[in-house]
Amino acid sequence: MGRVRVRLTFPETMVPRPLIYELGHEFRVVTNIRRAHVEEHVGWVVLELDGEEDEIERGLAWTRSLGVRVDPVTADVVEG
Amino acid sequence: MAYVTALKCRECGREYPVEPLNVCEFCFGPLEVAYDYEAIRKVLSKEQISKGPPTMWRYAPLLPVDGENAVDLHAGLTPLLKANNLGKLLGLDNLYIKNDSVNPSFSFKDRVVSVAITKALEFGFDTVACASTGNLAGSVAAHAAKAGMKALIFIPADLERGKVVGAGVYGPTLVSVHGSYDDVNRLCSELADNYHWAFVNINLRPYYAEGSKTLGYEVAEQLGWRAPDHAVVPLASGALFTKIWKGLHELQDLGLIPKVKTRMHATQPAGCAPIVDAFLNGSRIIRPVRPNTIAKSLAIGNPADGIYALRTLVQSQGAACNVPEDEIAEGVKLLAETEGVFTETAGGVVISGLKRLVQSGAIKRDELTVAFITGNGLKTQEAVEGMVHPITIQPTMKSFQAAMQDRQLV
Repeated sequence: MGRVRVRLTFPETMVPRPLIYELGHEFRVVTNIRRAHVEEHVGWVVLELDGEEDEIERGLAWTRSLGVRVDPVTADVVEG
Repeated sequence: MAYVTALKCRECGREYPVEPLNVCEFCFGPLEVAYDYEAIRKVLSKEQISKGPPTMWRYAPLLPVDGENAVDLHAGLTPLLKANNLGKLLGLDNLYIKNDSVNPSFSFKDRVVSVAITKALEFGFDTVACASTGNLAGSVAAHAAKAGMKALIFIPADLERGKVVGAGVYGPTLVSVHGSYDDVNRLCSELADNYHWAFVNINLRPYYAEGSKTLGYEVAEQLGWRAPDHAVVPLASGALFTKIWKGLHELQDLGLIPKVKTRMHATQPAGCAPIVDAFLNGSRIIRPVRPNTIAKSLAIGNPADGIYALRTLVQSQGAACNVPEDEIAEGVKLLAETEGVFTETAGGVVISGLKRLVQSGAIKRDELTVAFITGNGLKTQEAVEGMVHPITIQPTMKSFQAAMQDRQLV
C-alpha cells in the first residue's frame, strides 16, 4: 500500500466536473480532501490518496491526461 | 539561545514540536516558526543589536537557531547604497539599493542557508541537500563545507557550466538530473520523503525561510531604525517577499521602529509570473506556470509561498509588475551604469520593474524606496554579453586616437 499527498490545479473546463469522485470510482484509491479552493476560472484541491502504488500512479496519470496539473503539496522545491 | 516555541500551521494554526517538519499533518498546510516575543523583548534592543557582529547574526534572538553556534560565512549586513544617479534618472529623490549580491556566495541565499545549516547541525543531521538551478546550490555547498557536513546538490542536467563550477568547487556531491523541471521537482520531493537528510528547503523550510527576515531588519537599521515607504522585491517562491514584511513587523511589534507603512511591490519576469499575474487578475489562486525566462533564479512556476506573497501584496497595498523579458538585461545594464552594481538577471527584473512602478505612479518622487538586489551579475554574464562592445585598436597612439575620434570620445 502507498500514500501520496498531492495538489491538483483545475483549469476552468474541469471546474464543474466531479473529478475527485471519478478518481475514487475508476481507480482503487481512497481520496481524502484536506483543503480546497475553487473560483470561477480555476480551482485547486489538496488531497491524500491511499492505495496500491501502481493504482495511485495510474489514477494520477489519468488526472493529468484531463489537463489537471498534479504537484507535490510542497510545491516547487527546485530553487534558483 | 533560541526563542522558538513551536512550529505552527499557516492555514489551520495547529502547533507542532520543533523538529524537521514542514507540512501540517492535518491540512497539509505549510508550517512556520512561532517565537516567544515577550522573552525576546527582554533581551533585544537597538543598542544590543548595534553591538552585535557585523553580520546577519546580530539579530540572532529573532532567528530559529542558537546563534552562538551559527555556521557563519559572514552573510548579511550588506551595503544599503543611496542611489542618486539611478534615482535622478527614474525621478526618485530617495532611492536606495540593498546590495545583497556581495554575500559570501554572492546571493541572498546565504542568509537562509546559514540558518538552515545551523539548524541541521542542531538536529544532528550529517548530510544536507537541496535542488537548485544556481544560487541555492552554491550557498548550500559553501556552508556545508564550512560546517564539515556532507552535501548532496541536485541540479538540472542542462545547467550552465559556470553555475556547476560555482557549486562544485566547494566539494559537494553534485547530482545532475536529466528530465524536465517538473521531473526534477517530483524526484526531489520523493528523495526528501525517503532519506534522512536535511533538505534545506523541504524538511527544514520553516527554519530556512526565516533567514530572509534579516533583510528587513538590516534595511530598517541602516535607515536609522525606520521602515521604508516602498520595497521593490523580486519574487520566486514568494518567501523572501513575505519574510521582509514579517521582519519589519517584528521590529515594529518589539517597539524598535515606528509603525510600518511600507508598500511591498512584487516584480517577476514575464516568462514566469504566477504571483504577479494572480494579483493583476484579482485572483486568490496562484495558477502554476511552466517557466520560460532568462531570469533563472526566479523560475519557480509553482511557488510554495505564492499565496502568502499575494496576501502581503494586498495587506501592504503594494503593486505588482510583470517585466517583459527584453527589459531584464536592460535593467541589469542600467543599474551597473548608474550605480556601479552588477546584478544578476533577478536584479534586472527589479530595476526594470521599479522603472515601471514609478512610471505608473505607484511610487512618488520624494518617497523612501528600497530596491532589493539579491544576486551577483557574474553569475549570469551571458544575459548582458551582447551589450558589451570593446573598441579594438592596434598598439599605436594613432590607432587609439582614430578610434576615439570616430566615436567623439576625446
